[in-house]
Order: sequence, then structure tokens, then C-alpha cells
Amino acid sequence: MCDVCGCGDTKIVPLEIQENLMASNDRVADHNRRHLQDKGQVAINLMGSPGAGKTALLESIAHCGARGRQMMAITGDLETDRDARRIERAGIRAVPITTGTACHLDAEMIHRALHAHAGAECRYVFVENVGNLVCPAIYDLGQNANVVAISVTEGEDKPLKYPVMFRHADLVLLTKTDLLPALPDFDLAAFESALAQVMPAPRVIRVSARTGDGIDKWVAWLDELHPGSATREHDHHHHAGDNPTPRKEGAAHA
Amino acid sequence: MHEYSLVQSLLERVLEQARAHDATAVHSVTVRIGPAAGVEPDLFATAFEHCRQRSRVSAEAELIILSENERWSCPMCQSEIGRGHQLSCPSCDWPLRLTAGDALSLERMELEVPNHV
Repeated sequence: MCDVCGCGDTKIVPLEIQENLMASNDRVADHNRRHLQDKGQVAINLMGSPGAGKTALLESIAHCGARGRQMMAITGDLETDRDARRIERAGIRAVPITTGTACHLDAEMIHRALHAHAGAECRYVFVENVGNLVCPAIYDLGQNANVVAISVTEGEDKPLKYPVMFRHADLVLLTKTDLLPALPDFDLAAFESALAQVMPAPRVIRVSARTGDGIDKWVAWLDELHPGSATREHDHHHHAGDNPTPRKEGAAHA
Repeated sequence: MHEYSLVQSLLERVLEQARAHDATAVHSVTVRIGPAAGVEPDLFATAFEHCRQRSRVSAEAELIILSENERWSCPMCQSEIGRGHQLSCPSCDWPLRLTAGDALSLERMELEVPNHV
């Protein structure tokens, strides 16, 4: 009923909207992307479960010669700046974002972090997302690429259980491979097959931050993302009518 | 539980429209959530139930959730391939493209507007 004048007389007005629910996030993400591009920076959204080894992956590449001075990291956690402090100790400038209860980072949080550290000279901006295989997947942050870390102890069926996360990945880093001898039941072929069912152009690099195995391949993959090469725009929410060129070349396994 | 964040921004958008049209109440809100959107419809509905109470204008709003089928197709030969298979084209070996199923959109809403406005 009408409570402006109490006449009790209202009409139903239908409104067609047809708007993506991520529209406001995506606008800020596009702004971030332009900002990063203008500075010649490449941004990587690093996602994975808590304990998958995301922080160790950043530490592992900080030790690669002078590269550490060309990186910064934005780390998201519900509480504490422990990851940021670990990364700082490895020699990478780190900006912690504590989200309180939020299970993911969004484009606005990254926008604020980028502004707060606008003077940072670096070539790579890593966003270490909140440890979670679900929520961060659908938030475009303005990154050039999504990297998903999954450790061998998480089990080979995780891609099938969390398809959205893996569908959005440009690269999957299978971490803690030094533990494989202790995990006779982990079937690599089954893992890669599961991945191929949710990720159209699966690309996997097996790494161990502890032994250093595969870290050179992870670094080589990062080198491919150099600002000189073509920017990988994400296909978040865009599909029908796009041109048919795939955003990934082939289905090469590393 | 990113569904709560999504519902909060949805309701901000809905209430903005309600104000613009001098609506006294939001009658219904229709969204489309595809199975590959990365959003759980049940959690979304629970979050909506909770968050709509924050404004008198949205407190009685009905939520209608539509879905859509997930479809993958080959960008080269256009053939469609269902889920549960390797996501590369059996004929062309090209990586498949998701052509439907990840919808996450506000489709329409119905507002209650006083007749004299």
C-alpha cells in the first residue's frame, strides 16, 4: 500500500535491467587493469586453499637473482599480516590487506592497495588472494593472469570439486611435489585428467618450493607475461559473441 | 560465502532504482544464476532473505532465481560438447569455450509505486 499519503493505492511497475551482478566490481577491475598497464606492470592473481603454498611460491621466486626487487605483493588474509611479513623477509615489498570476515579480495581493495603504494617500482604485482578455492574465483581484480596453487596433499579430484576456480586459471601450480614419495595414492594422470575436464587449455607446472624443483619453469612462465607481450584479458563473464580466437595457445603441459 | 557480498551490492542497486522511481516497496527481484557462475543459489536466497530486512522498501521483496544450461562449444567447428568430458574439441583439438551457464545477472524487478506519483 502507498505509505506516502496512505491512499493504499499502488501500481506494480516492472523494470527490465539485464545487468551483470559483478558490474560494479568489474568496472573497478578494468580501471585497475588500465592503471597497471600504464605503469607497464603485470598483475597475477594467485589463488588456492589455505596451506596450498601460495606464500612459499612467492618466497621461492624472490630468491631468483635480482627479480625480487622487481616485484610487489598484495596479500589478503582474514586476520594478521603474517604472509606479508614472510614475503618482506624474502625481499619482496608486501602490502597486507586484512579482510576481517570477507572470503575474497575484490577490485576495490586492490585499487586502494595500488594507490597506497603508487610509488613502488616493480614489474610484477602479485595478489596473494585469501586462501579459498571458491569465492575468489569470480572476482576480477584487473589481473593479467590467474594462477591457482594446489598441493599434492589436497588430492587429485579437487579440480572436479571446484570447477569454477580451475576454469578461470591460466596456470595451475601443483605444489609440494617433494612429498609425492610419501603419497603413493596421488595419481598425477588422474589429476591432469580431472583438470582437463574443467579447464579448457590446462597448463600445469609441478613445483616444490622446498627443493626448488620446477621453480625455473614458474619463473619462465612469468617471463612470458612480460608487458611487451600481448595482455591476457580474462574471459570473466564474457562469452557469447566473442571472437573465436582462444585466449590460450594449445594445451601444452609444462 | 561471497553470496552475502553479492546480495548486498544487488540490494544497493535495487534500492537505487526504487528511489529513482519513488517506489514505496520492491515487489520482486529476478536474477539469473547459471550452474557455472560460481554462486550457490540456495546460499544466495538465504542471504537475500536476511539482507532485504535492512530496508523497509525491500523487506517484503520476493526473490526469483532463474537458471540456464551450461554449454561448451568449439570456437572452430561450433560443435557443442557436454560437461564431464575433456574440454577440448574431439575433432579439432581446440580448447572449448563456455558459451552459456555462467550467467550472474539482475534480470528485472517489480516496484510498487503510488498511483498519484
